[in-house]
Amino acid sequence: MTNSTLTQATARDWLRRQSRWSLPEIIFWPLLLLPFVLFPTYLPLANQIAIAALFALSVDLILGYAGIITLGHAMFFGLGAYCAALLGKNGWGEPLTGLLIAGAFAGFIGFVASFIIVRVQHLALLMITLGLGFLTLELANSLGWLTGGADGLRVPRTWPIFNYFRFDLWGYTAYGYSLAVLFVCFLLSRRLVNSSFGLALRGVRENSTRMPAIGSAYKSHQQIIYTISAAMAGLAGALLAQTTSTVALEVLSFNRSADVVVMLILGGTGRLYGAIIGAIIFLVARDQLAGINPQYWYFWIGLLLMVVVLFMPKGILGFISRLAGKRD
Amino acid sequence: MSSLIIVLFDGFAFGMLLFVLSVGLSVTLGLMNFINLAHGAFGMLGGYVAVTVMRQLGFPFLLALPAAFLAAAIVSVLFERLLFRRLYGAAELNQVLFTIGVVFVASSVATYLFGTVQQVLILPDWLRGSVELFGMRFGVYRIFLIAVALVVTAVLVFGLERTRLGAQIRAAVDNQRAAKGLGLDVEKIFGITFALGSGLAGLGGALAVEIVGLDPSFGFHFLVYVLIVVSVGGLGSITGSFVGAALLGIGDVAGKYFWPEIGSFLIYLLLVAILFVRPLGLFGKR
Repeated sequence: MTNSTLTQATARDWLRRQSRWSLPEIIFWPLLLLPFVLFPTYLPLANQIAIAALFALSVDLILGYAGIITLGHAMFFGLGAYCAALLGKNGWGEPLTGLLIAGAFAGFIGFVASFIIVRVQHLALLMITLGLGFLTLELANSLGWLTGGADGLRVPRTWPIFNYFRFDLWGYTAYGYSLAVLFVCFLLSRRLVNSSFGLALRGVRENSTRMPAIGSAYKSHQQIIYTISAAMAGLAGALLAQTTSTVALEVLSFNRSADVVVMLILGGTGRLYGAIIGAIIFLVARDQLAGINPQYWYFWIGLLLMVVVLFMPKGILGFISRLAGKRD
Repeated sequence: MSSLIIVLFDGFAFGMLLFVLSVGLSVTLGLMNFINLAHGAFGMLGGYVAVTVMRQLGFPFLLALPAAFLAAAIVSVLFERLLFRRLYGAAELNQVLFTIGVVFVASSVATYLFGTVQQVLILPDWLRGSVELFGMRFGVYRIFLIAVALVVTAVLVFGLERTRLGAQIRAAVDNQRAAKGLGLDVEKIFGITFALGSGLAGLGGALAVEIVGLDPSFGFHFLVYVLIVVSVGGLGSITGSFVGAALLGIGDVAGKYFWPEIGSFLIYLLLVAILFVRPLGLFGKR
């Protein structure tokens, strides 16, 4: 009896130690405010980065922590984007409620899809996620009266946030808004992965036959995290629709699903900052390289992928922490 | 009625093309559990080799096909020995990402060398046009495709069932550890299988130019089809790949002919439904 309370106490201590804010983290977040003063002309890019980081964070939750590989997560991103866009088009331009409705919608679809996802593994899982992604894309394409088909949708300007912050041409409000949503979702994810639920998820990732053997309901855990991740991806999509006022079929494309996994693998999976660092590196590099020669952008991405997989399997952050001599 | 038969015929011919493109991946995936998404890129290589040797060196079409096979087989063995083998024990995600990286690079290299234009392959006269049977017109090239695929199937089945290498491959697929224990050089077997499988993809790529064209996005575009065939058919099963490819080909052509609005939607719906009911594919054993 005493023994079990003792292990419980140490486990709680361990989790608390893990979730303590470290100095680099405390420095990191204020740095994200720098674009406001240093590169005001790049605020639209910064907004894209914040949105991509949120999307990558949502994928990290399932891929990095729960070990669910996905090649079709853009479906939730796109569902959120179209949901927010349709709300705006039909006269409801209030950003926060629109965002929440879009996130809830994507989360609901994610919950339905999670029943399929937890049934399969390996190649079949890859193919189901890929298939669901293409399914959604084709559906949006054929429902032209609703989604605008290949022409996309133009959304009327979103109403000011709290009826005060107008969406300006420079992107001050847009970046601030996306960054705030990213930060809130980050806090939520951070709390989640450092809880006993997060530990159970990592257990599933490491050994999916052993977790049920020690009495952990791993399927329902996977379903919960998949639903949360889908909702978060929906939020990212909704942010894109609200801040750029356009939605095209591209939000559902395979390229978007692949890009987000690439960002994550660049930054490092299974660590929340990997998603953010990866998004920053990926989009800044694309912005710079595409200016030189847009056709060959994917050559460098492909090469980078091969190098990262062969030499830095834990991503750039994992590589740095290994150089620093830390173990995970 | 006659349009139904023509659609079935065209679909079956397309399915046979998919079969040649994908059967190699099915066997190598079953053998080494290595998810090689670059398989379609070897098909693209075969296509470009066929186009180049015909245009630059004046090869006849029937000689360009073996050239495509050989080129894809040789290049794939280089990749396998130098790069892919490092990833056999690695996590699935790493294999997926690495081979996607290969596809990205291959597609950029193709753009650099050939531009983004669609490549055209000039067929010999006897493969053009169509023949009339029972008042319906069948494309000669599609008949040729079906014939090639049936020959490939026959060779594969014979090779796997009746030859020493075939027996070794089957043993390694069924139980790799036991095969190793009996003294089989599984790595070497895998190298040979990989080369043959990729060579078939190259052959498929060369055959595909006439039907679907060839541009740098070939590797990606066909990857999806190839993966559907492999996962629906089941890993390591030639019968499975054959049935899966025929189903997909007929479904694709029929869907786009009869319900052009939602044809591709139905294909993906079917894919998800089949994998939901049978995660190992129709003929998969493990």
